[in-house]
Amino acid sequence: METFIGKPVKRREDNRFLKGAGKYTDDIKLHGMTHSAFVRSPYAHAKIVSVDTSAAEKAEGVVAVYTGSDACGTIGVPCGWQVDFKNGETMREPMHPLLAKDKIRHLGEAVAFVIAETLELARDAAELVDVKYEALPAVTCPKKAMASGAPKVHDEWEDNAAFDWCIGNDRAEVEAALANAHHVTEMTYKNHRLAPNAIEPRSYIADYDVNADKWTLYTSTQNPHLVRLLLCAFALGIPEHKVRVVSYDVGGGFGSKIYHYTEEALLTWASKEIGRPIKWTSDRTEAFLTDAHGRDHIVHSKMGFDKDGKIVAHLTDEFCAMGAYLSTFAPAVPTYLHGTLFQGVYTTPLIHLNVVAPFTHTVPVDAYRGAGRPEATYLLERIISKAAKEMDMDPAELRFKNFISPFNGTTEPGYQTQVALQYDSGNYEGVLKRGLEMLGYEDFRKEQAEARKNGKLLGVGISTYIEGCGIAPSAVVGSLGARAGLYEVGHVRVQPTGKVSVFTGAHSHGQGHETVFAQFVADKLGIPMDDIDIVHGDTDQVAFGMGTYGSRSLAVGGSAIIKSIEKVLEKGAKIAAHKLEAAEEDLEYAEGKWTVKGTDKSISFGDVSLTAYVPHDYPEGVEPGLDFSSFYDPTNFTYPFGTHIAVVEVCSDTGKVEIKRFVACDDVGNVMNPMIVDGQIHGGVVQGIGQALLEEVVYDGEGQMVTGSYMDYAMPRADDIPMIETDRTTTPCPHNPLGVKGAGEAGAIGSTPAVVNAVVDALSHLGVTDIQMPVTPKRVWKAMQS
Amino acid sequence: MQISVTINGKTYAHDVEPRISLAQYLRETLNLTGTHIGCDTSGCGSCTVHVDGASAKACTLLAVQVDGCEIKTIEGMANGSEMHPIQEAFKENHGLQCGFCTPGMVMTAADILKNNPNPSEEEIRHGLEGNFCRCTGYHNIVKSIQHAAEKMNA
Repeated sequence: METFIGKPVKRREDNRFLKGAGKYTDDIKLHGMTHSAFVRSPYAHAKIVSVDTSAAEKAEGVVAVYTGSDACGTIGVPCGWQVDFKNGETMREPMHPLLAKDKIRHLGEAVAFVIAETLELARDAAELVDVKYEALPAVTCPKKAMASGAPKVHDEWEDNAAFDWCIGNDRAEVEAALANAHHVTEMTYKNHRLAPNAIEPRSYIADYDVNADKWTLYTSTQNPHLVRLLLCAFALGIPEHKVRVVSYDVGGGFGSKIYHYTEEALLTWASKEIGRPIKWTSDRTEAFLTDAHGRDHIVHSKMGFDKDGKIVAHLTDEFCAMGAYLSTFAPAVPTYLHGTLFQGVYTTPLIHLNVVAPFTHTVPVDAYRGAGRPEATYLLERIISKAAKEMDMDPAELRFKNFISPFNGTTEPGYQTQVALQYDSGNYEGVLKRGLEMLGYEDFRKEQAEARKNGKLLGVGISTYIEGCGIAPSAVVGSLGARAGLYEVGHVRVQPTGKVSVFTGAHSHGQGHETVFAQFVADKLGIPMDDIDIVHGDTDQVAFGMGTYGSRSLAVGGSAIIKSIEKVLEKGAKIAAHKLEAAEEDLEYAEGKWTVKGTDKSISFGDVSLTAYVPHDYPEGVEPGLDFSSFYDPTNFTYPFGTHIAVVEVCSDTGKVEIKRFVACDDVGNVMNPMIVDGQIHGGVVQGIGQALLEEVVYDGEGQMVTGSYMDYAMPRADDIPMIETDRTTTPCPHNPLGVKGAGEAGAIGSTPAVVNAVVDALSHLGVTDIQMPVTPKRVWKAMQS
Repeated sequence: MQISVTINGKTYAHDVEPRISLAQYLRETLNLTGTHIGCDTSGCGSCTVHVDGASAKACTLLAVQVDGCEIKTIEGMANGSEMHPIQEAFKENHGLQCGFCTPGMVMTAADILKNNPNPSEEEIRHGLEGNFCRCTGYHNIVKSIQHAAEKMNA
């Protein structure tokens, strides 16, 4: 019988996407639907002196105009995570209003909302809204935001800190170890701000049905149920059972579509006010101005080594921007998704990280592909390579010296870090060995030496990362400040004909759940993939769910489905035993049928399914039907890891960096579909390369964004990138039934430091020890000249 | 303004506002929502269509500019249920993930292969310069186009 786990099964989603028949939110049209546009602030920080909507209200086709003075001005969207100050003071949590009323706190903040019969008429009328501002000085840098006298984002508190936080060993102990270290490597840099840039802009349609007294929100989200919960329970206070959130196809997210945005709540509110559906789709500049950004940490770090190159201590201080308001997951990103990875793959005995998280006059910062973990990995992998250079050691050798030894997490215990987590299983030297072999490291070093003689600047950069995925054990994250559980729901409905509908709370925005989930369901039930349908993205169909982010879909969502499959087979066995007139314990299930062991007596999955729904000849005390739902709450995070190696050539005349080769050896645990895992790695790697070489959101001194379009924000294009050479090792996750760890973020976590290490390596003989990202030709050229 | 346009072999006559882009016209008037809008500056290429046989960004063309032209969109690529070899190659090589940039990528790929039936990897990457994909890292899109070229030349 054909099995599917581990095979590169082609995606069933592709047929509709390739024909242009995908159903993204902006593709939906509803009867009587209105369109909308926002009036957004041209200032980063300003007093709103007056808002005159009279001309807009009289304009052609206008249905309604709302401002912060209307009822919606008193409504805000919530933050989903609470990180209190070290001294016990509660996290400062400002109201995040749907429309600004008195004060503007970031460029692009919405001041008025215009609804009209067409998009063009809404945009015309928005231009007629007359807003008078009094501009105020702004602060966009998280470090400057904490300087005395910095412009305040929220007047109610004495400074801009939202919270501060630390993790690890006692600071004094770490400082003492550094003071006694044989060698200390130090780094100060910015892990700069990025725009996630899903190619589908955010899009929403809210539809209030007055007769049913029900709302439907169509939204481009990564987690429909979470949006519904935040919308109903915290933003609008409307009954959850009367709200349906639907998300069909979603055109990429990378974190930016996790959050409950103000526009979702405002459209939902206004739809009831006007009694008609309302659509809003962001344009690209609005996306740059209003989608939550990623990164933006100012970092100062010291790592100490003994005379043999063993790490003895690591101390880091960071300023991490929150933006003007606290987005849904924002406080978790520079803390529990970041500091908990400071062990890396090394045996560092003493670690301390201190984080100050200020408000800034910018759009909120939240999770972007990797979320806190790329920032941790960048620091660890840059500082260890810098240290190797300073100590005149090979960067691979220094890593081998410091690796945590291999452990499988079953017969050998997990690894307890200095920063709260316990790693599940790992073989860090294994992936580095394989990565070096794929590259031909020793030969490359010879080639590099030859090239240098000829004036050619070649460099190699290594990164050996670990990440925490499969988010997350609810009790653990609850104790860390999460205001939600992070389990997942999997529902298996066996139809009378033996066909199977699977409902999952995970929600694909490109990951291929409809294919991958059907692969393992088919194998576990021993039925064809064609007999299985995967349903996601609709709160009226799927019981509940927490969505897709943090590389959790298979590890958490897949495990919930497995639990339901086990329940189906357990009940099926009772029905089969009755029909076969055998004891349950004498049956075995394989290839889609229950067989009495040692005989040829069997009954198929289909016949048992039909019997469950036509229970004429049926076991006593067993309910009809074959339909189970399960919640799966993981016992730990999962910890994928890997080695990424970049080879670059730097043009000595222009400073332009060309990536000649990129090698990725990742360990994501067991693999359901290698084609899809490779695709996830490719995409993540290129996003990481984008951060290293090209991308940066730049605000000027007044808080104006100078990178607000694709003319100014440099995204990786096809000719910036080489083919990505991939391979894997397999260290199964010991604590979930599929043994999977997650692959969505690995690429973006491992690749960035590999590229920057390679550039620095290429220039090291010129005395270059560090270059600020993004490593543009201008920065490289300057470094070469200095 | 009155325009007459042939789209995927069928001729339409419409009175359109002069400021409406070709992309909006396709999506809103004709319900051809396979042409996606990812930006409005020709930056992302999600809206790529063919105008009189050459690829063009529909977000920065006005509908009135294509009066009298022949347009092909992603909806016109397959022959009924039979996908175009380029579409098949994208599926075969996992050349798409979220699918949003995909229609533009397929239309651009068709243009690359029309002008150069045997492109090198470098030529393919150069030809894809006007199209963003944030999911695939371009790796499998390049492979898809290489594979499509082989199939179409066979």
